[in-house]
Amino acid sequence: MKRHYLLPDISQAGRIGCSLPHLDVPSSELPPEELLRQELGLPEVSEVDLVRYFTALSKLNYGVDTGFYPLGSCTMKYNPKWHEDVAKLPGLTALHPYQPEESVQGALQLMYRLQEYLAEITGMNATSLVPVAGAHGELAGLLMVKAYHQARGDKARKKILLTDSSHGTNPASVAMCGLETGVVASDARGDLGLESLESMMNEEVAALTLTMPSTLGLFDPKIAEISQLVHERGGLLGGDGANLNALLGQTKFGELGFDYVQLNLHKTFSTPHGGGGPGSGPVCVKENLIDFLPTPLVTEDNGRYSFMSPPKSIGKMADFYGNFGVMVKAYAYLRSLGPEELKRISEDAVLNANYVKEKLKPHYFLPYDRTCMHEVVFSGKKQKAKGVATVDIAKRLLDYGLHPPTVYFPLIVSEALMTEPTETESKETLDNYIAAMIEIAREAAENPEVLRNAPHNTPVRRLDEARAFRQLDLRWEIDHQKK
Amino acid sequence: MPLPYLPHTEADRSAMLREIGVSSIEELFHDIPERFRNAEFSLPPPLSELELKKELRQLAASNSNLDDYACFLGAGSYRHFIPSTVEHIIGRSEFSTAYTPYQAEVSQGTLQSVYEYQSLICQLTGMEVSNAGMYDGSTSAAEAAMMACSVTNRSKVAVLATVNPTYRDVLDTYCRGKNLPLVTLESGSESFPSDCACLIFQQPNFLGYFEQIEAYVQKAHDAGALVIAIVEPISLGMFRPPGDYEVDIAVAEGQPLGIPMSFGGPHLGIFACRKEYVRRMPGRIVGRTVDADGNPGYVMTMVTREQYIRRGRATSNICTSEALMALAAAVYLATLGKRGLKHVAELCYHKAHYAAQAIDKLKGYSLVFPQPFFKEFVIRCPVPPPQINQVLLKRKIIGGLDISHLIDNGMLLCVTEANTKRDIDILVETLGSL
Repeated sequence: MKRHYLLPDISQAGRIGCSLPHLDVPSSELPPEELLRQELGLPEVSEVDLVRYFTALSKLNYGVDTGFYPLGSCTMKYNPKWHEDVAKLPGLTALHPYQPEESVQGALQLMYRLQEYLAEITGMNATSLVPVAGAHGELAGLLMVKAYHQARGDKARKKILLTDSSHGTNPASVAMCGLETGVVASDARGDLGLESLESMMNEEVAALTLTMPSTLGLFDPKIAEISQLVHERGGLLGGDGANLNALLGQTKFGELGFDYVQLNLHKTFSTPHGGGGPGSGPVCVKENLIDFLPTPLVTEDNGRYSFMSPPKSIGKMADFYGNFGVMVKAYAYLRSLGPEELKRISEDAVLNANYVKEKLKPHYFLPYDRTCMHEVVFSGKKQKAKGVATVDIAKRLLDYGLHPPTVYFPLIVSEALMTEPTETESKETLDNYIAAMIEIAREAAENPEVLRNAPHNTPVRRLDEARAFRQLDLRWEIDHQKK
Repeated sequence: MPLPYLPHTEADRSAMLREIGVSSIEELFHDIPERFRNAEFSLPPPLSELELKKELRQLAASNSNLDDYACFLGAGSYRHFIPSTVEHIIGRSEFSTAYTPYQAEVSQGTLQSVYEYQSLICQLTGMEVSNAGMYDGSTSAAEAAMMACSVTNRSKVAVLATVNPTYRDVLDTYCRGKNLPLVTLESGSESFPSDCACLIFQQPNFLGYFEQIEAYVQKAHDAGALVIAIVEPISLGMFRPPGDYEVDIAVAEGQPLGIPMSFGGPHLGIFACRKEYVRRMPGRIVGRTVDADGNPGYVMTMVTREQYIRRGRATSNICTSEALMALAAAVYLATLGKRGLKHVAELCYHKAHYAAQAIDKLKGYSLVFPQPFFKEFVIRCPVPPPQINQVLLKRKIIGGLDISHLIDNGMLLCVTEANTKRDIDILVETLGSL
């Protein structure tokens, strides 16, 4: 099959990719000419050519169904097939968000139960399912923090503290709330530096937000002290729940002292990541923040479900009620798990990460040599000393048919390689990955050139990102069709 | 029974623990203080695949699924025909189980599809550049307002009163968050405030009709503001695209383009703008380049705008968006193509007008606005719309949106190609019988 073609290249005037109904009513007068469109430059492609084109594209992709995908912080666990099937039921997809509540009681019941389950799992009092992604949930959390302090007349609190290992979305969300960021330094163990927090935690601080366990894959044993300090000085403690997978069935954010936590259903609750969404980022809160939750919530009264708006809600954050289609899959996942199974998930996730850590420790530098949670962060600095960068290691993994870990994050580890195996991977899969990583460490020492030129076996070789940036080519135009 | 997606056997676990050098899995959790461990979780007992499918079928059956109803509800989420190509292609797990294409060499499927999406959106809207998609129409509008503030160095946002109230609510949430005053302007205002970063309008507007906007767009530009249009993508098969009337940023709800209504989400935010503002855009953008052998390939580009590089100074906090829905929209647009989209738009137009004219003739009902419209229009009813909708529901018809808070006994109706003549005739007959 010939490569490097685009839709306009398989377009011919007169083709179409589906059959459409005829007009079955009398036609009406057309609107004034000045409202009408002159040209519509869309391609014209037959159904068979279209399907082959996108099928060919799909084969250039690597997904969880293709193989091991240890992209740290993203929880690329396997997505059970039957969750996909139930989510396609017409009774769950062919629903208009504004149809009468009595005609969508099943959908509302599902949302209500999901709110309850998520609150139970996180040890919180209420959940809003509205945010559609993790960063959207972070934004919801911070807007609630702001509204909470304003409602108390505490106008000086304009700063959000974060750690130096936090996700990039954290400070970006703070900026979207018109608040300032203060960065708390990590200590030598990779945990939050209590002294740094002590010196920064003043009456200008609205909240500290923490990823738990941290992006280093570490659980901070001082969590109770941190929570106490923040609360004593009038702040709130917010959670980035991106790493909830490590804590499922073990402990609860609410009991650890968090006032709110934002979840990622597409990570922890196993819904497919879609190449970058759809996700779902519910936010769970304690009693003190319930009134501020984004609207709407689902309530139940005598077996009848309906929408309601919290009295001091931060308002609407999306067109409708959140990503219902994603909620259905997460609900299916949760209903397949009881407390025992929930715990087994975090156990196997943590077991897998520690297994990879122990096996690779002799070959890669481990900046924080302690028991990790669901992910382990190595540094490629041993290899860097030999002239091989972490990006080269990542690209070489592609030649072994494996997806690389997250690289160059968190920022506090140089040449970071952040590996999150997840619980759905077998010992054989991990052993295969470990063997590849050991082989790559040997190549880095003996034949660095093969890494620097990697990948060799992928659909394309290493791409020129600088050129993409300098010579922006962001679209085709239909006039180029016959080029 | 073991869970099908937890592959470890007890022997595997023991072997791995030995390698790690601990005697139990509990030891791996020792950093969690003892008093916080072994929390109690009150959850119902787990269901097997068979049982769960049954439970969800029952839940689904208790909803009135619109495949079995005639639906005349729009107002931001629309029932349109979705060709089978869409579900089959987005259902390919090479697409659906991948994530953000950080490793471009094994993500060319996603990346090239995004390049197609960006191209198709530009062709559709007449705009110069598109990003890879946002959450939904309302958050796209809010992000566009933020971008306009950053481009113009101004902090006030102006929106026309005829913009979808939900969009204005979301704009309000985002603007309050960032301490940006939001000004609502009446449609037909004479002057445009000199200190606003942008003018936001919807075309056709929330009430269904086309705004006469060109003179006002000129005024906004003269005042140094950017102009943001919220458009309806199917209408662009037939009506002038925003690129034709001097718009700086065009946003839209992409759901009509091959995405199920799904009770409100996942949907898709379309976001396109003039090329001069491309480096201020929020969201992912894919560019074409070459690989080490000189072959064409695709990468995420201008990533220095994004949160994972720029952190607090990024153009937005958006990370995970609605990539699979953008793929659906690309497949939809390619499937229908030039003729198909025009035809679908015309079906909507003629059917909506057929319905509007028939209802307007009914005693007690009237079409409220005389201006040209596309697929949505407002009727004034003789009794409160909720009463009418109750009767319609019994006849397996989902009526329009009650907007009596805006227009006395007003109902916003939507007619698309998915409504047959028979559906419309039954609607009209039922309304007439009330």
